[in-house]
This record gives sequence, structure tokens and C-alpha cells, in this order.
Amino acid sequence: MPPAPHPLSAPLLRREGREKVTGAARYAAEHTPPGCAYAWPVPAIVARGRITAVDTADALALPGVLAVLTHENAPRLAALEDPTLAVLQNDRVPHRGWYVALAVADSLETARAAAEAVRVAYDTAGYDVRLTAGHPGLYTPEEVNGGYPAVRERGDFDAAFAAAPVTVDATYTVPPLHNHPMEPHASTARWYDGHLTVHDTSQGSTRVRDDLAALFTLGKDEVTVVSEHVGGGFGCKGTPRPQVVLAAMAARFTGRPVKLVLPRRQMAAVVGHRAPTLQRVRLGAGTDGLITALAHEVATHTSTITEFTEQAAVPARIMYRSPHSRTTHRVVPLDIPTPSWMRAPGEAPGMYALESAVDELAVALGRDPVELRIRNEPETEPDSGRSFSSRHLTACLQAGAERFGWLPRDPRPALRREGDLLLGTGVAASTYPVYLAPATAEAHAAADGSYRIRINATDIGTGARTVLAQVAAAALGAPEDRVRIEIGDSDLPPAVLAGGSMGTGSWGWAVHKAATALVARLRAHQGPLPAQGIGTTADTGQETAAPSPYSRHAFGAQFAEVQVDTVTGEVRVRRLLGVFAAGRILNSRTARSQFIGGMTMGLGMALTEGSGLDPAFGDFTECDLASYHVPASADVPAVEAHWLDEDDPHLNPMGSKGIGEIGIVGTAAAVANAVWHATGVRLRDLPLTPDKVLPRLPVRPH
Amino acid sequence: MKQFGYVRAGSVAEAVRIAGEEPDARFLGGGTNLVDLMKLGVATPRLLVDVSRLPLDRIEELPDGGLRIGATVRNSVLAADPAVRDRYPVLSQALLSGASGQLRNTATTGGNLLQRTRCAYFQDAAKPCNKRAPGTGCPAREGAHRDLAVLGHSEHCVATQPSDMAVALAALDATVHLHGPDGERSVPATDFHRLPGDRPEQDTEIRRGELITAVELPPARPGGNSRYRKARDRASFAFALVSVAAVLDVHEGAVRHAALAYGGLAHRPWRARAAEAVLHGASATEDTFARAADAELAAARPLRENGFKVALARNLTVGVLAGLAGSAARA
Amino acid sequence: METSNPPAGSGDVPRSAVTGARSEVILRVNGTTYTLAVDHRSTLLDVLRERLDLIGAKKGCDHGQCGACTVLVDGWRANSCLLLAVAQDGRHVTTVEGLSDGQRLHPLQEAFVERDALQCGYCTPGQICSALGVLREAADGHPSHVTPYDADPGGTVDLTADEIRERMSGNLCRCGAYPRIVEAVADAGDRIRDGRPGDTGAGS
Repeated sequence: MPPAPHPLSAPLLRREGREKVTGAARYAAEHTPPGCAYAWPVPAIVARGRITAVDTADALALPGVLAVLTHENAPRLAALEDPTLAVLQNDRVPHRGWYVALAVADSLETARAAAEAVRVAYDTAGYDVRLTAGHPGLYTPEEVNGGYPAVRERGDFDAAFAAAPVTVDATYTVPPLHNHPMEPHASTARWYDGHLTVHDTSQGSTRVRDDLAALFTLGKDEVTVVSEHVGGGFGCKGTPRPQVVLAAMAARFTGRPVKLVLPRRQMAAVVGHRAPTLQRVRLGAGTDGLITALAHEVATHTSTITEFTEQAAVPARIMYRSPHSRTTHRVVPLDIPTPSWMRAPGEAPGMYALESAVDELAVALGRDPVELRIRNEPETEPDSGRSFSSRHLTACLQAGAERFGWLPRDPRPALRREGDLLLGTGVAASTYPVYLAPATAEAHAAADGSYRIRINATDIGTGARTVLAQVAAAALGAPEDRVRIEIGDSDLPPAVLAGGSMGTGSWGWAVHKAATALVARLRAHQGPLPAQGIGTTADTGQETAAPSPYSRHAFGAQFAEVQVDTVTGEVRVRRLLGVFAAGRILNSRTARSQFIGGMTMGLGMALTEGSGLDPAFGDFTECDLASYHVPASADVPAVEAHWLDEDDPHLNPMGSKGIGEIGIVGTAAAVANAVWHATGVRLRDLPLTPDKVLPRLPVRPH
Repeated sequence: MKQFGYVRAGSVAEAVRIAGEEPDARFLGGGTNLVDLMKLGVATPRLLVDVSRLPLDRIEELPDGGLRIGATVRNSVLAADPAVRDRYPVLSQALLSGASGQLRNTATTGGNLLQRTRCAYFQDAAKPCNKRAPGTGCPAREGAHRDLAVLGHSEHCVATQPSDMAVALAALDATVHLHGPDGERSVPATDFHRLPGDRPEQDTEIRRGELITAVELPPARPGGNSRYRKARDRASFAFALVSVAAVLDVHEGAVRHAALAYGGLAHRPWRARAAEAVLHGASATEDTFARAADAELAAARPLRENGFKVALARNLTVGVLAGLAGSAARA
Repeated sequence: METSNPPAGSGDVPRSAVTGARSEVILRVNGTTYTLAVDHRSTLLDVLRERLDLIGAKKGCDHGQCGACTVLVDGWRANSCLLLAVAQDGRHVTTVEGLSDGQRLHPLQEAFVERDALQCGYCTPGQICSALGVLREAADGHPSHVTPYDADPGGTVDLTADEIRERMSGNLCRCGAYPRIVEAVADAGDRIRDGRPGDTGAGS
């Protein structure tokens, strides 16, 4: 391969930056075809039951109303695996907020008024929305999210734990969390000559295209889904959500293009959430600091219509030496909205609990928590015995400690005071698995010396266009600015969604393969290129299907300094610093942004974000952005992200591991551990808001 | 949202006249809360009378040394006013601790006083709420009420008043001026907001058709200093869990004057008269401040999940008063 | 189509204005004057996006809780989702589309690109419009929650990182670009200190 003029890792500016700062970038709801109508959904206001009557007369009487779709008149859909897409198909209400009707009108204002005028009568039934550790409905599923087994046992945990001289036994809780990307779920759909075209906000429009084709019994070539710019997703746009189905239905029903943007307040009920977890962690160790017994037992909830089990105990299978280990998940179906993916499902809540428990163990042992982690580094993956393709957790911890100024550190809590503030520092480890999925890509060389790469990748804010151009340029040996990138359209060669931190690795592999093949063809070509240029296609189905003999994970270390106001119980982060080892970093500028972004979401998980299900009504009580506190700028102080150069030949041609999610993993534990160090109070129930912190602080003298 | 009429009033008299002719008329100021509530289906006016361009946008010095703040003065303008910053810092601080820069640029003085509660049940038109739909019940008593009242609530309503500005005005003994169909009148800021009792639908003492035209501040006490402090879930852009507005005048170690008001504890800014009685004439020590807080908070009746507010209010009281006493001692 | 009222306000109020549901308004957006009949229910945000195809201002929450819809009205940053369009008659509105001078980006836009102060980009136009307001407010001496109590009421506020964080807190960013947004706002503030910030945008 010729030397790349723009080597990988260069801090190139993101390609769509100019469009985004000038307002030119169009998102899903920013296409208004001639004759476009507007839809507004009607959510169920009972937690469980059946619709007995729908009165649409008042709604239909409003001037400008085109239709009200209900389960009685909506187009029939073919059954799909995901029951959350079976909207307006029957009279069943599985949870409050489930859509029961859709008003369509010639203006947004009229659509909303019509939706408010729809009257729905219900037969209600008893319901249960409360997850408790002793819930009689808890069961052990076959597998948990990600396809992992729900239960793993090694050795004899009970005996080893009983015999351990030093133990920790603690239960941690994470409340329901909401993704809340800034762009609400939105779709603009139109049918033309039997072809359905949708602008949808999605992390992967190939899957949306496939599901729409199946739902409406169409050929895949009869559906086009465009997701050119996507205003964040964090998992909740990973697969199609109801809005795209509703928009397509309404467009077919009315014969007009239809635009549908979900109201923010309705999102919590229909786009998925991070399921709450009750996590008991038990650690047993020798006085030498070596962990002998590790149990991580998780209880969580799912909805009554589909099973989704947050895999919070899975990271405990790879993190530390643990000759005797038990990791289990139990789940209970409740009358609640269906949970789904939120940034680092499994790892984010699971590592909060595990890394908090490790901190408690360090305290119990009187050992430095950095040193304790290094001491318990496993030789091979504890669960499988496989070798790690690369694992540099120790180096991350050491580099992070150095940069953060971890030492010297007085491990005793509640000693550092600044006026009314107590100060403390905390550390936690991060990890995230390497996933790869098949993708196809086309590479094309034009007669004028320019190149074009086509692949249905999605840019949800990662800078996918930019990094794929770098991958292509490196493989082509061409200047990066000679490479055009086409992504975000299901008519392009199919590729996996932007999720699971696998987008860049999976797409990049296909792009690299196509570009490499193109180089070979160009070398073989004699004379000038034909007018139509020369193209190649690549498919990584075979490469990605082959199981790796290695355990492949990114690792990291997070350090936090916090202040706790003893007057108010307010906790604020002063500094966050993360060091990550995630293979080769392909664009240092955009990568840094992603790491920092993940850490910021982790800060929110630690301190501000939490939702709850209202037992009286069955819905989320924190349903808007005034009550569900996404961190604001004032909450986010100096956040630094660093990484180690990691050379791992067992990944993909770029040597990259994926960086979208690891930044959130471990942050909450680092913050909570720092709160312990500041106050001497161990809080195990996120988020750490004043109502929880203040009552646990020592009573002030006055 | 149903269709509604809109008219821009050219004068206070015209605004009041037009509103008087339409029972479901509402005045539109900045609209930051009203438009929000209309989108939620909580407010359903048939007519909006736009008063945002009435000539009520001035801050004027009064002959007695007080300040008259027009009802359409924007929150950010009021917070930045040199006279307010100099003589009534508690008011500037309260305003700046509320909402966001954008909202403060839009919200008016009059509208800020009329903000409605952020109780989740009040905001959801599909649920019972005695404040929004009298007689339907109060699910908050047993439901989600961490943010709600610990003082002065009733079996009918446990909502809190969300304005920060109103808390400062209560501590400053401000006066609210109203113009209605029956003419002009004024109401002390401390009495402007009500307790819920058995009429929680009525947030304030304002009468049908009355328009807030101005808020007057009495002369600032010479030697008095004032401060606002707010505890919240997020470092910015969040409603108060508890806030305290305090005016303190300490002379030779003793409290000569103290005015104290709480936000986040009740259906109205809670003027702490019992605490003030303890403070008056007492030595300006943390012990006194704690006793004062305890005297006031003895009446607290926390709900299942908001008991933390009592300790929080006590701590804030001591902290703010000690801070004021300390800066007085340094001055 | 319903008939709309003539511009509301000023002088005797016609009875039709009280009963009608639409009115004619004049909006001056980025220097262009539009005369529109608007549904009284329409917000400025929806008129910009759905009627004028000015999609720079974003709808994130529609309730003034996220700041994605921030524009400048008569030079003041405001949440356009809470402004009824009918009430903005005659106002000058600046959206992100009005900031760049043809091919030349506004210093704030340049700084956002260079600092990579964005990821998904959905909050970005609101952040930039808000930042423009912040620069002006600081230059005018408007205090914030973190401005020292004893700061000179007449003086310009020095935009420290803490000041920028507090003042930009009405613009949520879920991608977590805050640290870089703070850097970008500081950069832009430095670059345009010589001129009067806030006047760069057209129409305000």
C-alpha cells in the first residue's frame, strides 16, 4: 500500500461542520414536500386495558383535519418481531403512553388540536409498574441483551465468599434513564407510484427500510429511507421506532406526504429507556488484595410485550481475576414502556455497581483503589479463558493517575474542606466490547482522479463521513479531499447501524476492502480511465462472521474530583479525566469529542439524571427536559479525555475498537467514589441529588 | 390547543376593557409560561390580550428612595439594572438564579409573578389535579412530590410556587400594583400569592380581569444587606428545591432588622415571620440563625419524600444569614 | 382558507381581531421582510421552520426547556418555541442562517467548527445564536448568577469559563460538547472583541 497522504488519526475537521453551524444541514423533519400534512399522536391515558370506543367526530370536524387513524381504520401491517412497531393494529393498551390514534391535518397547529379532540374510552385492568428485588414475577431469561447467557458460574462462589477474610456485600440501584437525543424522533413519509420514501431520524436506515418493507409487504426496492443528518440517538434510534411506521401509514391513508415529530413529553413512553437495575455485588478477597470471589446479581424490568434484559452483570465476567464467580440476571415483565438500548447498555449501569464495589473493597482492605485494580488484572478473560487481543487497563490507570495527580492521596474520607465544601477524588475502570458486523461498500474512481465511496453508514454525530474518508484515503493512497463519501440513504450499499460502538470498525472495514480492491483494479488498468470510471464493491460478511479466538474489549480509567456542599447536599464535579485504550484512534479531534461526550453523559447518570414510574398512573414522572435533568453546561467543568496508542492486529484493517460508548462507562462510579472520599458517606442509589445526599451528611453543628 | 383570538392592547385601560368583555381572556406578557401551558392544554384561553408592548417597561426612582418596576420590564433587564444590583442585590440574584438567559430575556416582571406550579400532575391535563380541575383530587399527596410543599399545604393541594423573583420580592416587602375593571389597587407582595386551602385553583389574590402594572420596592434599608441562595438538582437552569431570600441589618453584633423568605417550600413565597421574631434584637450568631430557622420550620409538615427540604431550608438559612452577618462585620 | 385579520394592535381594536383565529404579521428575518397571515397558535419557531423553510432554529422540546430553538429577537436571544408569531409583528429576527456573510462564516461559526464544538449538530444553531446573545450581554455589563456581587454595574463582564458555562446553560447538548463550546465561545469573543459583538448578524 502506498503511504497515505493523510494518515489515519489526523485531526481532520468534520466534513459536515459547516452545514451544521450555518443551519444548512437538514434533519428528518426538515423536508417539507409540496402538500405536506402534519401528524400528531394520541397516547393512551391508562396503564393497561382495552380500547372500547374511539370518538373522532370532534377532531374530524375541525377545518383542515384530513384523517384520524385508529386501530379501527389504520392500514393493516404484517407482523414483525418488534411488537412496539405494531401501532394502531388492535385495541390492546400495554402501557400508558402507547399510541392509540394519530391525527393528520394540513397544519401542525390543527393536527395538535385534532389529537386533543380525540376521545378514547377504555376498559381498564389492574397493572403493576414497580420493580422490587423480591418481585414474584422475576425470572431468569434465556439470554440478556447482546445475546449473552443470563447466568454464568465458575468455581464455588458461596464457599469462596464465606471463606474470604475481607468481603463487600452491597446493593446499588440505577433508576430508569432516558436517552433524550436533542432531535426528537421524526419522520417525513411520502408515497409516489407505490414507492415509499421516508426521511427518518435513525441510527441505521437499512434496518428501517427492511422493517418498513416487511410491515407494508413491499419489496425492499420499493422503500427508501434517508437519514442524512441525525440529531443524536444514543441507542433510542437504533431500530425503527413507532413514528416512522405512523408517518408511513398516515401518508398512505391520506395520499399526502406526512411529517411527524414526536412531542418531547411523549418520547419516554415510546422510544425506549435504560431499564432500572437493582444490583447486588459481593466481593471476597484475601488480605493480599486478590479477589477470590465475585458475584454480580441483577434484577431489572421489561415490558409485557417484549423481553429486553439490561446485561448489567456481563462486564463482571471480564474485568477482574475471580476464580469463583457468579453473574446472574433476572427480569420481571411490568405494565411499562418497553426498555431498550441506551449508551453502553449493560456496561454503563453494571460498571457503576462493580466499580463502586471495588472501591468499597479497597477501603475495606486499606489499599489504594488504583493499585487494587492493577493487582487484580486477569491473565486471560476470566469467563472464557480466551486471551485478550489487547488489554491496557493497567496502563490507562497509571497514565490517568499521573495526569490527574492522583497521588499523593490521603485515602481517609471527609478530611478536605474548603469553607462549606467537602472535596474528594475517585477512580473507576471502563470497558466496552468490540463488536463488528457485516457491511458492504462501493469504491469508485472517476476519470478526473476523484474518488467516491458509497455505503449506508449513518452519522449520528460521530463524524462518520470524515473518518470514512480518512480510511478510504489511506487505502487509496489519495488525498482525503479527493474522496467523496455518500452515506445515510438506504439505497446505498447496506451496512449496520451506528450503534454498539461498531459503526466505524464495521463500515471502515468494508470501505477499506472496497478501496483496496479498487487500487488493485486501477493498477491492473491500462491507459486512461473510461468516462464512467471504475468501481468495486466489497462485502465483509465473511470476515465479520468468523469468530475471533480473542477476547476483544476497549478499556479505560476515569478519575473524578468532586465537591459536596454540606449546606445543601449539592454535589458538583470539579474535574473529570479519562484515559482510554481503544485500539487505533482514527481522528483525534472527533474522537476526543466522543469520549468527552460519553463522560458527560456519565456525569449526568451520577448526579442529575433519573426517572421514575408513577405507581398511581403507570407513566414516567420525569417526562420533560425541565424535570429530567440532562446536565447543563454549568454542570460540566474541565473534562479531559486522553488515550494510549494501542496496536491490536486482531480487530479490523484499521485496528480500531470503537469509542462511542466507553466514555460513559465507569464515570458514575468514579464520581460516586469521589463523593465517598469527600464525605465518608457511601451512597448507592443514583443519581446523587440533594434529597439523597443531605440527609446522609453529618448534621451541621447549627 | 384550540383556536383563540389575539389582540394587542394599546393602553392599560384598553387591555383591561377588552379582557373584561371576554370571560376566557388572558393577558399575554412574555408568554414563557402561558404559551407552555397552552401547549399542554392546561391553559385554554379564547382570547389573548397582548400587553407586552404597553408602556410599562421602565424602572423608575420613587421620591421616597424606592423603585417602581413596570410590569413589562424583562427579567434580564431588571436583574442588570444598576440600582437593583446596588440596593436590592437579593432581587438581582434571585432573577439570575432562575430559568435561562433566553427565558429571562423574554419573561416579564408581571408574568414572572404569575408563573404556575411545576407540579407534574398540574401539568398533565389527563390526570386529576385540584388546581387545574377543581374537585378532581390531588394525586401528588401520595404520588411524586419530592419537589412539593412542606409548609402551608392543604389536603387539596401540595404545590409549590416556582418563581425565584417572587421570593425576593416577599423579603423586600414589595407592593404589587394592579389595574382592573374596578380601578387600581395594590397588594403587598407577601399577600399576593395565596395558600391553597380549599381553593387551590386560585394561585394569587388577583381578581378576574386585573392586570399587574408595576411592582414597587420600598427604600432599601441603610446598612441592610441582602442575598438570595438557591439549592437545585442541576447547577443551572433548574427550579429551586429550596431557596432563601434574606435581608439583614446587623448593628454592633445585634440584628437590627431581618427579613427572610423561602422558595420551594410552599404554595407561596414563605415569609418567615416567626424566624424574624427570633432574629430581631438577638445577637447575630449562627446559633441565633439556627434557632430562627427552627422556629419557622416547626410548622413544617413534610410529605413522604420531601422531608429533606426542612433540613435544607434550615442549613440555607444559617448559611445565608451567617454570610450576610460576616460581610457586615467585614464592611 | 380562513380570512385573516389586518395587523393587530394600535388604535381601535376591531371586533374581528377578538374573534378571529389568524392575523397578518410582518416579520423581518435576517434582513428580509415577510408579510404573513399566521394562525394565532403558531409559534415563531414553527413559522420559521414550516412556512419560511428556515430550518436552522431547531425544535428540541417545544417548551423552552432545551434552547435548540434560540434565535435573536430585536437583538435579544430568546426561545422561539415560546413566542407566538402573531406577537412578533414588526420584530427583527436573526436566525443562524443570518449570521454568515455569504461564504464567510461568523467568528462563532468558525470557532465551533475548529473546536469541534458539536457532534450531532442539532443543538448547534441554538448554541451559536445563544452565544451571540451572551457576547452582547456581557459587553453590555449584564451580570449572571456567577458574576461577583461586587462587580461594577456599569462595566463589561469578563467572560471567564465559569461565566460562559452559566450563561450557556439554557442550551442543552446531549452529545456533551460543552467543554468545547465554552472554548469556542471564548475564542470567538476574543476574535470579535474589537468590533461590537452582536451586530455581526444581519437584521438585528
